[in-house]
Amino acid sequence: MSFQTDNKLIKWFDDRLPLVSVMHHTFVQHPYPRNLNFAYQFGSILGVMLTLQIVTGIVLAMHYTAHTSMAFDSVEHIMRDVNYGWLLRYMHANGASMFFIAVYLHMFRGLYYGSYKAPREMIWMIGVVILLVMMATGFMGYVLPWGQMSFWGATVITNLFSALPVVGDPIVTWLWGGFAVDNPTLNRFFSLHYLLPFVIFGLVFLHLVALHQKGSTNPLGIEIKGPADYISFHPYFTVKDFFGFAAFGVLFAVFVFWFPNYLGHPDNYIPADPLVTPAHIVPEWYFLPFYAILRSVPDKLLGVLAMFAAIGVLFILPWLDRSRVRSAAFRPQYKWFFWIFALDCIVLGYAGSQPAEGPMLVVSQIATFYYFFHFIFLMPVLGWFERPKPLPTSISEAVLAGKASTSAGENA
Amino acid sequence: MMINRSIKVLAGAVLGIGLMTGGALAAGDAKELKSVDWHHSGPFGTYDRAQVQRGFQVYTEVCAACHGLKYIAYRNLMEIGFSEEQAKAIAAEKEIEDGPDAAGDMFTRPGRLSDKVPSPFPNQNAAKASNGGAYPPDLSLLAKARVGGEDYLYSLLSGYGEDSHGHECPNGTYNNPYFAGGCLAMPAPLADDLIEYVDGTPATVDQMAKDVSAFMTWAAEPKMEERKAMGFKVIIFLLIMSGLLYAAKRRIWARLH
Repeated sequence: MSFQTDNKLIKWFDDRLPLVSVMHHTFVQHPYPRNLNFAYQFGSILGVMLTLQIVTGIVLAMHYTAHTSMAFDSVEHIMRDVNYGWLLRYMHANGASMFFIAVYLHMFRGLYYGSYKAPREMIWMIGVVILLVMMATGFMGYVLPWGQMSFWGATVITNLFSALPVVGDPIVTWLWGGFAVDNPTLNRFFSLHYLLPFVIFGLVFLHLVALHQKGSTNPLGIEIKGPADYISFHPYFTVKDFFGFAAFGVLFAVFVFWFPNYLGHPDNYIPADPLVTPAHIVPEWYFLPFYAILRSVPDKLLGVLAMFAAIGVLFILPWLDRSRVRSAAFRPQYKWFFWIFALDCIVLGYAGSQPAEGPMLVVSQIATFYYFFHFIFLMPVLGWFERPKPLPTSISEAVLAGKASTSAGENA
Repeated sequence: MMINRSIKVLAGAVLGIGLMTGGALAAGDAKELKSVDWHHSGPFGTYDRAQVQRGFQVYTEVCAACHGLKYIAYRNLMEIGFSEEQAKAIAAEKEIEDGPDAAGDMFTRPGRLSDKVPSPFPNQNAAKASNGGAYPPDLSLLAKARVGGEDYLYSLLSGYGEDSHGHECPNGTYNNPYFAGGCLAMPAPLADDLIEYVDGTPATVDQMAKDVSAFMTWAAEPKMEERKAMGFKVIIFLLIMSGLLYAAKRRIWARLH
């Protein structure tokens, strides 16, 4: 049933610009599997976080000065003299962390339920591009306050490109806009930090177009077969998503109001000084697993390539995974390897926070090896050897008959 | 403090990897910090006005000889319990450079509420030149710029002479077990009865170290009380909201069975 109305004004409008029909299609007509569990909340939470980051960021930009001699002072001006400036800045800084918490949980949900598999490869790949752009945005945002970690983080990360043969050094000079991280670097980072969230917004639109083309996966990993299997978005997922926003908001608020600097680094409250190097240069927590991979390889160029490969391998994941069963609930071996992989990522994150020396270096090397081993060896081979459990014939049958399959799904 | 800690531990566990940034720097050769039960700790902690005012007195009479406090304006003193008259009087004790006047000359005038606390040196090099090459950092943000925050500041200021173990420090540096490396360029700034507190509190090293650390915490995070008060309301609101939405969700989804 397509959208119908007797209201002449809405008819006139919708005939020329079908916004109402599209909304109606998305929220009322489009089928959503009835068994989506709380692991599926993070997509909409990410939408809210992106919006919050853009709104707080635009207001912060009205009070911030992108100049090496004024940036640090302007941030303190926001913290002390702008009405609710402290709230805006703490929301924006902690919002970035919350954004990454949500995106990582969103991705782990995708890994657990096989959301990346045919025919949903495009949704997953656009998602990986969004992750890359998010990382660039987060990195450049951390540079803007122009504290010690801002400056030295920018120096370390931009210098990675110097590992490339021949073109390395010219690329770094080009990125910096000079021969060191300086005012031109800060200016372009500000410009790009303002631009990229809107690029993410566009990518999110494509992510959703691709999602609506093939529909959501679900914890059972089987497709919708009939009307008993699906429900409309509204009111079922509207209310569920709003619950998700409020619950996630509690976590967000605890950080913003009680531990606003817990996820940051004290050194970033020291103004940038090109002559004083901090004792340990550490990136923000959400980059630590990749930082560990970078430092676990003794060769600089290979380390940089390994770090990019760690994200690149996600692009080809839909073709690496040879199993035809999507959900880990029906893959007895993969389920174990999934949790081992999740643990491996946490080990990498911890290793990334420690100085790369002694036993910790060996730990990060083993964890790096396992990261790639999981994708390149285990994913194809498991699909070959694993004997999946029998799949239910339909979503409605599984939901209405037994609790076994749903409770298996709710663990993630 | 306990609640503070347990929330921290919980938050760290939830994030899995959140703990590491702090952990990476806590490791070092410095002595474990002395832990103080601050009046401003915890989710409902507020600044002890009398203590922060005493800390300001320590800053003015001791620290200000070498350290700036550039993000604090005299008007901010009203936030820690000074009256407008008192703040004006404190500001007026300082000569502030202003100008240029109509003739193009710089001049000095008594400080006003809108003036920031003037720094003791015109620039970083002048500060270094007067302090044997070491730069005395501005104190406005120091409580947030050091691992351990106010506990670190207190431990350092009250920790001179503890466990020296015959630790030799090169000329012009002084032993302090809480400083990374054990030797720092600042000589012990506090001594018993170095100042006379306006409110009559005995001015022991321990007391002054605590007071000035509390003052520096306020200077670094002047909106903390407003933040915690708003946070409490926001979190209560969100918890009730979550409960209602969860009930609504159950009710709406019940139609499906």
